[in-house]
Amino acid sequence: MTERKEPQAPAGGATARTGDDLTSAERAVLAAARAATTGTAEPGMAANPLRDPRDRRLPRVAGPCVLVLFGVTGDLAKRKLLPAIYDLGNRGLLPPGFSLVGFARRDWAHEDFAQVTYEAVKEHARTPFREEVWKQLSEGIHFCPGEFSDDGAFDVLAMMLKEIDETRGTGGNYAFYLSVPPKFFPLVIQQLKRTNLAKAPAGSWRRVVIEKPFGHDLKSARELNEITSAVFPESSVFRIDHYLGKETVQNILALRFANTLYEPIWNRGYVDHVQITMAEDIGIGGRAGYYDGIGAARDVIQNHLLQLLALVAMEDPTSFDADALRREKEKVLRAVKLPADLATGTARGQYLRGWQGGEPVVGYLEEQGISPDSTTETYAAVKLEVANRRWAGVPFYLRTGKRLSRRMTEVAVVFQRAPHLPFSKDDTEILGHNALVIRVQPDEGITVRFGSKVPGTAMEVRDVNMDFAYGESFMESSPEAYERLLLDVLIGDPPLFPHQREVELSWQILDPIEEFWASQGRPEGYVSGSWGPASADAMLARDGRAWRRL
Amino acid sequence: MTTFNLTETTASKISSTLTRLRHQMGAPAVGMVLTLVVVVDEAGQYDALRAATEAAREHPSRILIVISRDPAEPDRLDAEIRVGESAPGEVVLLRLYGELTEHADSVIMPLLLTDTPVVVWWPGQCPDIPAKHPIGQLGSRRIMDARSAPDPVAAVSSRAASYVPGDTDLAWTRLTPWRSLLAAAFDQPVGKITGGVVEAAAGNPSAPLLAAWLCDRLDAPIEIADSAGPGLTGVRLSVEGGGELTLSRTDARLATLSRPGHPDRRVALARRPTSELLAEELRRLDPDDIYAAAIRRLAAMKGRGRS
Repeated sequence: MTERKEPQAPAGGATARTGDDLTSAERAVLAAARAATTGTAEPGMAANPLRDPRDRRLPRVAGPCVLVLFGVTGDLAKRKLLPAIYDLGNRGLLPPGFSLVGFARRDWAHEDFAQVTYEAVKEHARTPFREEVWKQLSEGIHFCPGEFSDDGAFDVLAMMLKEIDETRGTGGNYAFYLSVPPKFFPLVIQQLKRTNLAKAPAGSWRRVVIEKPFGHDLKSARELNEITSAVFPESSVFRIDHYLGKETVQNILALRFANTLYEPIWNRGYVDHVQITMAEDIGIGGRAGYYDGIGAARDVIQNHLLQLLALVAMEDPTSFDADALRREKEKVLRAVKLPADLATGTARGQYLRGWQGGEPVVGYLEEQGISPDSTTETYAAVKLEVANRRWAGVPFYLRTGKRLSRRMTEVAVVFQRAPHLPFSKDDTEILGHNALVIRVQPDEGITVRFGSKVPGTAMEVRDVNMDFAYGESFMESSPEAYERLLLDVLIGDPPLFPHQREVELSWQILDPIEEFWASQGRPEGYVSGSWGPASADAMLARDGRAWRRL
Repeated sequence: MTTFNLTETTASKISSTLTRLRHQMGAPAVGMVLTLVVVVDEAGQYDALRAATEAAREHPSRILIVISRDPAEPDRLDAEIRVGESAPGEVVLLRLYGELTEHADSVIMPLLLTDTPVVVWWPGQCPDIPAKHPIGQLGSRRIMDARSAPDPVAAVSSRAASYVPGDTDLAWTRLTPWRSLLAAAFDQPVGKITGGVVEAAAGNPSAPLLAAWLCDRLDAPIEIADSAGPGLTGVRLSVEGGGELTLSRTDARLATLSRPGHPDRRVALARRPTSELLAEELRRLDPDDIYAAAIRRLAAMKGRGRS
């Protein structure tokens, strides 16, 4: 380990300089001395003469900082995080000197980690590969090998970070991204505390980023929070729900609060019910260890779907800053009421062997690593009510499932029928409800469904769709959710991250349902590639409604 | 891709052909967000069209390319319609002959998308007062490029005289990455700037603009110095009490940022293709006040005889 403590020039950086090394070393010493005495002011604190709110060409750029990534060997890091970092760099949003430190149980040198990053970027980055961007990024890539229980490894990490501050001018600003299973959180957080990495010296910041699941029930969520909040203040904890980073989800706010067209009808006077769906066509894949015992409701409804519900149902916030936005979301979550009878107001299922999209697939109980008597649900549907003046009596139907016929996430606001139709019954026989559908993924956009006259001499009215596709009217490929969220972490902008209170409120909604299900034995089976279990359809049929066909 | 040629035609024939082609392609809904009018000559047509279609990937638009041909010919309008190219949107190349070359606006007006913004772009020579030009009057935003003027520096220095809110220049757009990096460097306190110099290849119109912007924001005299290029090569700012904040780029791709008391940092700073510049311009369609302040400062600097 000791050889890592020697000062190391950033990979590739020293070779390009010409005889300048002495001066830059001197400068580094000077920088360290300065950082120790005065520290660097927070970005934006002192008035920057070159910035002007009217100057909207200049992008929001993060200040100098280091991102420390725990769990770099994981799937998420390779597929999403490392490419997102490159994409940010390519869009010119990373500060000069930005450094990335990987931490994992691998016997890697800096170059090995750089190679892993290079491959991940080449394969998964959204934006084209550019040599100069990669050069800028790769100079700041470091790797720290070790286990989470190894004190020595974290001592090395602390020293490495200090060194990066000196050689790269990152000013003691670190973001720790915990892309690791929750069982390791206590260990990592304790290590950060022990090595004093969690505590920011004056003028710099330390942030911690955690991924779902935020516990598996209210109690565990609170325990998890105690672990982080004992070390990091709430304002430094960024909980990632990547759905909130999606353009379409943020557009819900624009749609509702920037327009006059929808708000007047966005209430119980006009809305019949709301359906929020996240359907997946894949099974659990290699996630058996995580998924079994957790299930669809904890995996998806507790975070993604309840967050979508909050955004659709909330009142207008006084502003779009984190406090105002979170306050309104909390109010909605607090107002959510469970159905009186959980047996008829919820549904769950488990996928069976079948055909999905032309391929034979196995049932959940036959998946590798799943016990044959598992009662974990892979499909969950619940009927909720938001008990406030705006929404009383309007059911919100939430459903999610794996191995359904197709992959789709959408929010459908279904309106009431016209109170009187001046047409004969035959004319409007096939006219359904008006609906406004926010398609979250794939094919992001908005669809409005309304009745229109079928050309011809008869007055026949039929449903048609009016469509706005993001891909058509705006960017060919909008930024990935992780790009936006990582940038927000580095800038320190929290509106898109759920607060601990929201996490706890969501568990309070879900816990009684999970308890009830636990007493009900096996979930109902549904054939892979279908639209879910019959009980979910029956749940809506009892209310005289039907799910939108996927 | 479908190309459709109409000779000796009229705007209404072009319009109905566009509608018919759209229906044939099965995409009758219009998702286009603006009309981009490109006023260009035959020689510049290919590059301008290419950049505009690239930019249309981010901003689906109806692109009208206006090419004036021989005014001595009999009056005639030829059109070439392209739909279903790799980018969304529609492209119409309009070739004007005879007296019609003076009345291009009469052809363009009926072809503008209803109730959406109109942007006019002169990739080459632009009129003296773009906002007063018959085509320029149609646009809410007018994009010029000082670099293609016979004397680029003189052109950019005279922009303030003809400025109307909504004017903008690609010489300014080219500066965004530079300005962004410099602004990021100032996010940490730097101290008072006592003076500085912008270095660029001789005749580069972006250099005086950058100097004017810095001078305006930092309230310090900024000089311009010639270098071997390509394009902008560096900015040096003297900090009160000694030391220099410098951003230098010699290979048009990778720059080095250095400041007193900090290690040198390298950062990607590539020159951008026209399509990216255009896409940036189309992202915001409101007047650019900062650009207005910079060209005014530049005019004032020239007025005092400083280069």
